[in-house]
This record gives sequence, C-alpha cells and structure tokens, in this order.
Amino acid sequence: MCLAVPGRVLDIEERDGTRMATVDFGGVVKEVCLEYLPDLQVGEYAIVHVGFALQRLDEESARQTLELFAELGLLQEEFGDPWETAAAEAAGSEPVEEVRNQ
Amino acid sequence: MKYIDEFQDPELARRLLDDIHATVTRPWALMEVCGGQTHSIIRHGIDQLLPDQVELIHGPGCPVCVTPLEVIDKALEIASRPQVIFCSFGDMLRVPGTGRDLFQVRGEGGDVRVVYSPLDALRIAQQNPDREVVFFGIGFETTAPPNAMTVHQARKLGIANFSMLVSHVRVPPAIEAIMSSPNCRVQGFLAAGHVCSVMGVGEYPELAERFRVPIVVTGFEPLDILEGVRRAVRQLERGEHTVDNAYARAVRPEGNPAARAMLEDVFEVTDRAWRGIGVIPDSGWRLSSKYRDHDAEYRFSVDGIRTEEPAECRSGEVLQGLLKPHECEAFGTLCTPRTPLGATMVSSEGACAAYYLYRRLDMPATKTREATPVV
Ligand code: SF4
Repeated sequence: MCLAVPGRVLDIEERDGTRMATVDFGGVVKEVCLEYLPDLQVGEYAIVHVGFALQRLDEESARQTLELFAELGLLQEEFGDPWETAAAEAAGSEPVEEVRNQ
Repeated sequence: MKYIDEFQDPELARRLLDDIHATVTRPWALMEVCGGQTHSIIRHGIDQLLPDQVELIHGPGCPVCVTPLEVIDKALEIASRPQVIFCSFGDMLRVPGTGRDLFQVRGEGGDVRVVYSPLDALRIAQQNPDREVVFFGIGFETTAPPNAMTVHQARKLGIANFSMLVSHVRVPPAIEAIMSSPNCRVQGFLAAGHVCSVMGVGEYPELAERFRVPIVVTGFEPLDILEGVRRAVRQLERGEHTVDNAYARAVRPEGNPAARAMLEDVFEVTDRAWRGIGVIPDSGWRLSSKYRDHDAEYRFSVDGIRTEEPAECRSGEVLQGLLKPHECEAFGTLCTPRTPLGATMVSSEGACAAYYLYRRLDMPATKTREATPVV
C-alpha cells in the first residue's frame, strides 16, 4: 500500500470540479487525481500513490522504476486482486517465492 | 558478491558497494525507516552484501503493521453493521484484530470492499445514497494527503453518507521516540523517500542536530538503498550529522506544498498508539473538528472495545529494531503468513513477512540484545 508507482499521463479532464487524469502504469491504466500536481501535462510522468499524483518524475527514472517493479512482481501486488491473495493465504498456500540457496 | 547480478545496474551496484567497503573503518548501525526499503533490502540480500560493520536495523515504517489493534477492532465492528459498506486498501484484509480480520467479516456477510484509491470509496458512497460508506484511512504522510483530499471532496460535494475511520501516523515523532530510548543503537537513518516527496525535508534538520544523527533521504530501489547507506556511512566516518537528500529525483526540499496545505486543513496532530509500541506523542493525525461529520468515530459509537494481543507476539520489539524477526520464538512455527500472530507477518511491507518470504529461516535464532520498549 505504501508503494508509489510512476505512471505516464494519457489524458486529462475536469470532473466534479477536480482535475483528473488517466495514467498508464506499464500497461495498467488507472484514474488519477491531479489536484496535488495541478500543472502536470499529458505525456509527463509522476509518482502516483493510491490514485493521487504526488511528485513529478523524469521519464528515464520512471521507466527504470516501472521495469524494476514489474520484474519484482510489485505491480501485481499493487494492482492485482487482493481478495484472491487473501483467500489463498487463508486457505493455506504460502506466498510463492523462489528459495535462494546460500 | 552473490546476487549482485540481479541489480538493475550491477556495475553501479558494485561501485557503490566498493566505495562503502573502502569507507568503513568501524561498526555502524543504520535504521531504514520504510517497510518498502526493508523488503528491498532482504529481497536483494543487500544486508549480506554490505561490510560486516554496517548493520541495517528495520524501522517501524509499515502503516499496516503499526495501526493499533483498537482501531482494527473498531473497523471490524463498523464493517459488521448491515447498513455499512466498508472500504479498505487490500492489504488490511488479513490484519488480525482481536479474534478475526476483515476477510472473515466479509465471509460472515459484511459488505467489505477493496478499493485502489479513497476516491473509489467516495464514488461508492455517491452510488449508494441509502447506505453508510466508511473508508479505512490508515497510512503515513504519503497516504494521508489522498485521504485528506477525499474528505474535503465529500464535504464539497455534500456526500453525507461518507465517513472515514482515520488512523494516520507521522514519521518524525517516531524517529524522535526511537532516538530517545535508552537502548537506542541507531546511529544513522535512511529516511523514507516517498514520505519526503510530500512533506519535504524541513522536519529533519532539528532531529539530526538534536540527536547528532545523519538522516539520508532514500528511495527504495536497491541502488537507492546502497547510495543511502554510502552517504550515511560517509557522514558517520567523518563525524558529521546532517540531512542529505539521496532521492532528489522524487524529493524537493519543500515537498508538495499543495498536499501539505490540505493536510493542515483536514487533519490535526494527535497522540497516536502504534501497534506493539504504545503511544507516541504527536505521532498521528485525526480529522479536525471542522470535518467531524465525516469522522466514522463520531458517526458510529464504537467505544468500549476490549482488545487482546497474542502474548507470544513480539512485533513491538521488531518494529523498534530491538529484535530481528527470526529471533522471535513464534517465527515460522506458531506464526506464518497463513497463521499470523502479528501484523508484521501479514503486511506485504512487514519485517516478519519479509524474513519469512525470502527464507531467512536458516538464520540462527539467537537473541543478541536485551529488548526494552521505546515508550
Ligand atoms: S514472527 Fe509473528 S509472533 Fe513473532 S513478532 Fe513477528 S508477527 Fe509477532
């Protein structure tokens, strides 16, 4: 939950008096509130947390972070189905993770 | 150096590590504040790549872990009411309250919904005017501004059936509590980058000066952490204690002024109990009286809740860096992610979960220090 994910602004519109954007997180598209970064423009990148853009990021850093998050499965954790995860845990399957040999 | 090939830029990682190895002459203990950093460290084996003299102590920076049991129990109580739609972030579903969790409440018929953003909960309230929609507002300074904006919007749009159960926590008072403990071993901090994206670094110079402790603002990617450690160790070796921003691509010194202004309008600072740790003065936010109509604690009477923590769980000591997760006797036996005794085993950012997930089970279960609570 504390993870903030970089995303790229696809388009911007005004809704209920609030500046909202659709943002692409490496393939997953979500609605994001721009009230805290009102001058963010289409094509720019920002760090987004629970549906709010919090700070601008340059394209290169954003790309690198997104690639890393995808690789580590963190995007799945952030955007996947939490009920499935909770049900799997409750049913007894341990989190799947590669075992590292020392 | 094992695993180093897994780094995004192995060559840069090697250079940073070489520099750290070359700089260190004495033992130093650094605390990473953010749970995301803890996971990154354990996952990439960063603690094992560092020189033996550099010890990383895991801090209390997991919002799910530190939400007090009493608040979880209030959430469970509210979520069980038939007229309520209870909305929460997904990682709260399996955090144990006294005897059960939100996942079970839903199994018993409670209308519990997972949202990605607090604004989703507000929309659910608009779509269900005959129901009471309650959002579980937890988290640090990164999550608080979105939640503040949502309450502000509810007021602005006159959405009367929306309220929030608020249990926000603030990092600087936690650092102060940790440093004030007589048992404190922390000599430097890796401050949580995203918290600083919002709050800036203005709260830290006073802490760095008063406790003579370097505070390095750090991101949570592996290379960010190595760079944070490198800068903290440099300062320590030189006898310096300043605030240093190693995450400048995402942190401006002033943070996000719009977000800070909204926080000030919607919330007021309050003492807050941290799960397993106890009350830390001024360490949290609650809704200010102006927004009382949207405060779930006022709307639903949930007083008189009796909480009970499992006696075996030592997450309070884990959260203060006094005990490593595998040093807890219940770790991996009584307590697993499937049968968690404490929130630190449930949360994806919890230190116990990190150790379990990445198979640090082979570590010797020796207790190295006397553990006494911070507060
Ligand atoms: S291993 Fe389990 S019982 Fe032990 S401190 Fe962690 S959460 Fe608590």
